[in-house]
Amino acid sequence: MDNTSTQKEKKQQTSCYHCGEPCEGDGLRHEGKDFCCTGCRTVYDVLSENDLCDYYDLADAPGNTQKNQSTRNNRFDYLEDKDVSGKLVDFQDDEQTHVTFYVPMVHCASCIWLLENLNRLHEGIISSRVDFLKKKVQVKFQQDLISLRDTVALMARIGYEPRINLSDLDVRIKPKTDRKLIYKLAVAGFCFGNMMFFSLPEYFSEAELLEQGFKELFQYLNVLLSLPVFFYAATDYYQSAWLALKNRTVNMDVPIAIGIVTLFAYSLFEIFLMGQEGYLDTLGGLLFFLLLGRWYQQKTFDTLSFDRDYTAYFPIAVTRLKRDQEEVIPLMKVQVGDIIRVRNEELVPADSILLDQEAAIDYSFVTGEEVPVGHRKGALIYAGGRQKGPAINLAVQKSPSQGYLTDLWNHEAFSKNEQKDSLASLANRISGKFTFTILLIACSALLYWSMHDLSMGIKAFTAVLIITCPCALAMSTPFTLGNIMRIFGKSGFYLKNSEVIENLAEVNTLVFDKTGTLTSPANAKIRYEGEKLSDETQRVLKALVSYSVHPLSNRINRWLGQVALADLDALEEIPGKGLRAVYKSQKIALGSASFLGLQPDDKMSSRGNKVYFFVEGVHLGTFFIDSGFRNGMGKMVQELKNNFSVHLLSGDLDHERQFLEKELGDEICMHFQQSPADKLTHIQGLQHSGKQVLMVGDGLNDAGALRVSQVGIAVSDNISHFSPASDAILDGERLSQLPQFLDYAKAGRKVIKSSFALSFTYNAVGIFFAVQGLVSPVLCAILMPASSISVVLFTTMATNFLAYRRGLNHKTPDTWK
Amino acid sequence: MEVIFVLIGVSLLLAGGFLWLFFKAMKSGQFDDQHTPAIRILFEQKVKNKTNKKTPNKSK
Repeated sequence: MDNTSTQKEKKQQTSCYHCGEPCEGDGLRHEGKDFCCTGCRTVYDVLSENDLCDYYDLADAPGNTQKNQSTRNNRFDYLEDKDVSGKLVDFQDDEQTHVTFYVPMVHCASCIWLLENLNRLHEGIISSRVDFLKKKVQVKFQQDLISLRDTVALMARIGYEPRINLSDLDVRIKPKTDRKLIYKLAVAGFCFGNMMFFSLPEYFSEAELLEQGFKELFQYLNVLLSLPVFFYAATDYYQSAWLALKNRTVNMDVPIAIGIVTLFAYSLFEIFLMGQEGYLDTLGGLLFFLLLGRWYQQKTFDTLSFDRDYTAYFPIAVTRLKRDQEEVIPLMKVQVGDIIRVRNEELVPADSILLDQEAAIDYSFVTGEEVPVGHRKGALIYAGGRQKGPAINLAVQKSPSQGYLTDLWNHEAFSKNEQKDSLASLANRISGKFTFTILLIACSALLYWSMHDLSMGIKAFTAVLIITCPCALAMSTPFTLGNIMRIFGKSGFYLKNSEVIENLAEVNTLVFDKTGTLTSPANAKIRYEGEKLSDETQRVLKALVSYSVHPLSNRINRWLGQVALADLDALEEIPGKGLRAVYKSQKIALGSASFLGLQPDDKMSSRGNKVYFFVEGVHLGTFFIDSGFRNGMGKMVQELKNNFSVHLLSGDLDHERQFLEKELGDEICMHFQQSPADKLTHIQGLQHSGKQVLMVGDGLNDAGALRVSQVGIAVSDNISHFSPASDAILDGERLSQLPQFLDYAKAGRKVIKSSFALSFTYNAVGIFFAVQGLVSPVLCAILMPASSISVVLFTTMATNFLAYRRGLNHKTPDTWK
Repeated sequence: MEVIFVLIGVSLLLAGGFLWLFFKAMKSGQFDDQHTPAIRILFEQKVKNKTNKKTPNKSK
């Protein structure tokens, strides 16, 4: 703790031993350590009682601040409900229960250590295990000794309250399919490697040197090893090809399946009937490389979630008032007419009428605007808002799934299973023509040769099918798209899957949401009017605003810049309203109009946020705070206008139209006062007129539009934090690179096309030999890997080079492995 | 030269054994989380820690 004590001398400021936040005023001293609040001290007490203080040695101030932590005892009561708890547990038997919790606070080694030592806090807990990247903790406990509710309460007591949301109640389907692919890849690799060994003598025509016994043994071993490849590793291709044929289309997997079957059948025929060597090693290699490409393409960002709907953000339980008694009930059981109580930082779960005098609701989940909106008694509050301030009572007007916002999910766009038309992809369109051409050539060769020699004709026919098997063709797409996805990922643009790239390349209309997407809280514009701020006043203001976590305080804090903090007494925050303190026996106040007893402004024209500054009851000045554009937005829109038609949708009134036109240019179609459903229908309208639409949005109110558009991009300032369901998640800082991303997606198509050309060249060479009946195992063994590897190398290098030229891949080039 | 027959059998068994081990590791979830174990290994285990119940994560 030498560290903190020297800091104290310098700044007259101590930081909390638990969470590292600055301690305001006196702070709390306890056992020679400073704490910022009682919450942090309680956590320390619990840990020191149980001899778990190693927690503080692994990292400096590892905790999370407990200032805003609710301390009610009954808030986990809903976990006693059998319906709820039954859906949360992974596994339960007579003795133990396993549950996996999502704990977003996990951020350092100390967190892992503490959460994995839960068994030292309570004897009922058997063990716990943390998945750091997913921020999940699996806890195993004996339900006779500790209940689910007490387990959650225990974790909350040490500052790691699990986040349990409504979506946790949905039946969870764990994705097991990607594991299957890895098993298949492992089998194919194992068989391929061993088959290569047994075929090696053939390549060097050393076979004659070996005794006949060896040759036969090697061949039979090859047959044995090819069985798992043919009957297990390749099954996906048969299924996919069969499905396509059933729908009377041809996809990429049809020629592959034909190639695999021909290769296998012909090799068996050669080995058992002709006494020759066959092409089984080629079959193994083909499958291995194909599956490798598939795996490379499928690798996704599994720490991100692309399919969240409102249930992922809504609470699982609410506090209901019944005859003035509080009870905690599951949200599913809330009925219209119920009176519910919503506390500070809690989400309003259903559209309801405010029964108390005042409320400050933060709609940042919904609109992206994080400054709370004031409401008066009798106002309708929409679901999805977050109360900032004292607890409020609400009368529920609509059931949680039927609200103004949540009704969006009842729209038909959400009931359809998302089945984007993958048959329209470039590779599949080409492979249709490819397959017919190959079959045509093979049949002509058969006809030509069978006029002289039938066996030669069959040989030429199968050879064409074998050698043109579109190995290189099939691999160019997954490797190109996989690599593009990785490069996008490095640039802060995370795609749900590789199909999104092809959709991105076809987009011709861009639709932007305004608040939270084009604008950003970090770029707020602050104007101060009033008496000039002296250095001392600035220090006082800085001390005031750094005490609060309110978004407007944060903005003023940033605006003030690096200023030392003044020493304040009796500092207090009235949540959602303002701050009060005493400095050199002068009363200081900073906050909203209603907080300071001013009449609210009638002038709705200047709708920005205002923060008033009072000293001893005298109005000294006012801060005008408007959300500003993210960096580079004007330039980005100018760039995009040349190639795309650009639309802007906003839920706000159109008072900003002139400003937006000045900033972004007037060729943009702007639409104001758009409800979530309006946004959705606007996109559908564009699509009906034949447009390929890209939607860029951020809040839950954009969810419908993101869903129906060809590509929906959710912009988020904190990637792991919040984003509605979408096809891609984009780091807000990188939004200005959108033109480059779109351009790069288009360039990716060109790479795929050129690699097709390359593999067609290989096929042409192969066919040249095949129609003459000149194919030997050696030629196969050389041509097959050479074509595959060169195509993979070409696409990887080309995509990296194109990314480098667009400034997207500045770090070391991505190696594929 | 007949010893080669034996050696081939042994080598196949060995390779197959590794494949089986890989499957087993995959099933037990060893590759699901590739980040946390790297941190976990650095924690010191206190000697007086009598209930050292670090059971391997068996998937049911």
